[in-house]
Amino acid sequence: MELVFKRPECLIDVPFHFCPGCHHGIAHRLVAEAIDHFKIREKTIGVASVGCSVFMYDYFNIDVLEAPHGRASAVASGVKRAKKDAIVFTIQGDGDLGAIGIAEGIHTANRGENITLIFANNGIYGMTGGQMAPTTLLGQKTTTSPYGRDFTYDGYPIRMAEMMATLEGSAFVARVAVNNPGNLMKAKKAVRKAFQMQVEEMGFSFVEILMSCPTNWGLSSLEANRRVGEEMIPYFPLGILKERKMADYL
Amino acid sequence: MNNGFEKILVRGNEAVAMGAIDAGCLLFFGYPITPQNEIPEYLSKHLPPLGGEFIQAESEIASINLLLGASATGARAMSSSSSPGISLMQEGLSYMAGSELPVVIVNISRSGPGLGGISASQGDYFQATRGGGHGDYRMIVLAPSTVQEMYDLTCLAFDLSDKYRNPAMILGDALIGQMKEPLIRQKPEKMDLPPKDWALTGARGRKPNKIKSLYLQEGELTEHNWKLYQKYERMKKEEVRFETVNAEDARFVIVAFGSMARVSKTAMEMAREEGMKVGLFRPITLFPYPEKGLHDISKQVKKFLTVELNTGQMVEDVKLSVDRDAQVYFYGKPPGALPPPEEILEEIKKYY
Amino acid sequence: MSKIEIDKERCKGCALCTVSCPKEQIRIGKEINRQGYFYVVWDDNGSCTGCAICGEICPDVAIKVWKDK
Repeated sequence: MELVFKRPECLIDVPFHFCPGCHHGIAHRLVAEAIDHFKIREKTIGVASVGCSVFMYDYFNIDVLEAPHGRASAVASGVKRAKKDAIVFTIQGDGDLGAIGIAEGIHTANRGENITLIFANNGIYGMTGGQMAPTTLLGQKTTTSPYGRDFTYDGYPIRMAEMMATLEGSAFVARVAVNNPGNLMKAKKAVRKAFQMQVEEMGFSFVEILMSCPTNWGLSSLEANRRVGEEMIPYFPLGILKERKMADYL
Repeated sequence: MNNGFEKILVRGNEAVAMGAIDAGCLLFFGYPITPQNEIPEYLSKHLPPLGGEFIQAESEIASINLLLGASATGARAMSSSSSPGISLMQEGLSYMAGSELPVVIVNISRSGPGLGGISASQGDYFQATRGGGHGDYRMIVLAPSTVQEMYDLTCLAFDLSDKYRNPAMILGDALIGQMKEPLIRQKPEKMDLPPKDWALTGARGRKPNKIKSLYLQEGELTEHNWKLYQKYERMKKEEVRFETVNAEDARFVIVAFGSMARVSKTAMEMAREEGMKVGLFRPITLFPYPEKGLHDISKQVKKFLTVELNTGQMVEDVKLSVDRDAQVYFYGKPPGALPPPEEILEEIKKYY
Repeated sequence: MSKIEIDKERCKGCALCTVSCPKEQIRIGKEINRQGYFYVVWDDNGSCTGCAICGEICPDVAIKVWKDK
């Protein structure tokens, strides 16, 4: 009998505060597994954005710095510029990165900052109670789009992964989901690949993870899980959008 | 030569950049804005050969957040901007004060409000000395009035920000930033400072470090605010710096900082030549403000004239500092035009 | 035989594991834990292969898995 699945060493053994069925917990674990895999816990520095992932410092057994809302990618870049040998990552939500922090996100990628950005896309503002986000789907009702998102007022859901993939500075860009075992395995590989790119100093790595938000979508965890597949994936297609084979500047 | 150091003719902004380098700062994040551009320009040239990092960010907001990340690793890092850009940095500064991060910020003030103009101004005094961003915090604010002080106070700012783990601001203006004066580039001796065991360096052989300003547990934030308060009280006791000229026998004292102290000094000398016993009180630290220094003088001197390049900001601190029976007059010049010494002399004569 | 262990206090009854287990061996239980969630239970009928899908899909890292080599 061999223990084949357990809590990663880098994930502190405390309960998550996430709502039942929220995929954030899975994302945190995938990141922790990648850190364990490359044995980099003792040189990894996490940057907590402001949103449901703000309590990263309670969950990861690593140094963590808290960034103002929207600025985590700039803060992470600053950490990496000051400490080249550190492994630096951040987990940003669709409000944090897609709305207020989109300029910082784009320029972090464009400078090819050698950090890893995990983008948690659940199409809504979770921590603040269910408001419309840049990735809220057309027609989707939220507390600030009660009649359903209407592009004449609210514009269209933003495809961040595609945007990041157009930037030369990006070395690895993928969009994944964790709503079923098959997708989850691909997500695990993509997150690991992102950290590998950073370890090998290939430049900016970006993984968009489609996530459920049962509480604010007003659905059960299983219904929310299904919604990721039925409604989000069609608009936000999964796949590896960019993978630099060999660092251009090597 | 001055005890082994050559005297060089240098622009104020460049003196700030030299001071940063000589204080061991190898990281700069900034954004172009007149009238401080010589600082990023100089550092973009001189940091890379020293193994430093210069990043021109996409905005002042990005700059201050790059800075937040860099300083969290314990490295000395700096950013500079001018009034509108400094306004964009206020949230970041509040986070740094709340997270107790040492950092140096340079404001080469220009005129406001809004786009205003690019000429010198002291209209950012309140913003600088009252915290500027949200929440109950203060920044150490140093006000140079010469190119030499642009260098010396920048070096000092790095030591003080490390000593107190708090942002420190150099509050200059377009005049001092753009003018050239002789500078003796002599590295100050290092202040002995506590080790930065709080820094984020990777949790090897120790528990992880957390740097944050979010405190949600019962009473935690209250306690944190009092801790910051004690820090500012200590600054008031230990870090006040000011200069007085001809104050010993003065019957009338001008209070002015930065570029306005230069003009006021000339006016004071003109008044002295006309037999008037006028002195000058020049705050160097705007926070902590030299209240006691002013109060002591106000025991003998009962007339003060505050001269500022704005419509009245530091004058409030002067009123708070002096004895109740002292009279505080004000002569303000909103940005755009600089008052010649003669104008200030007229004001002195009005109230002497 | 391969087996799993569910930390009943960490489980939030989200049931993702119940729809993911290829052998459909996990179901929502009848009892609640300290947080008030109906935690899931494992009906061990010897068919568990130790594939660990339940562990992987659990958002709260509440399941350990042993595989019989």
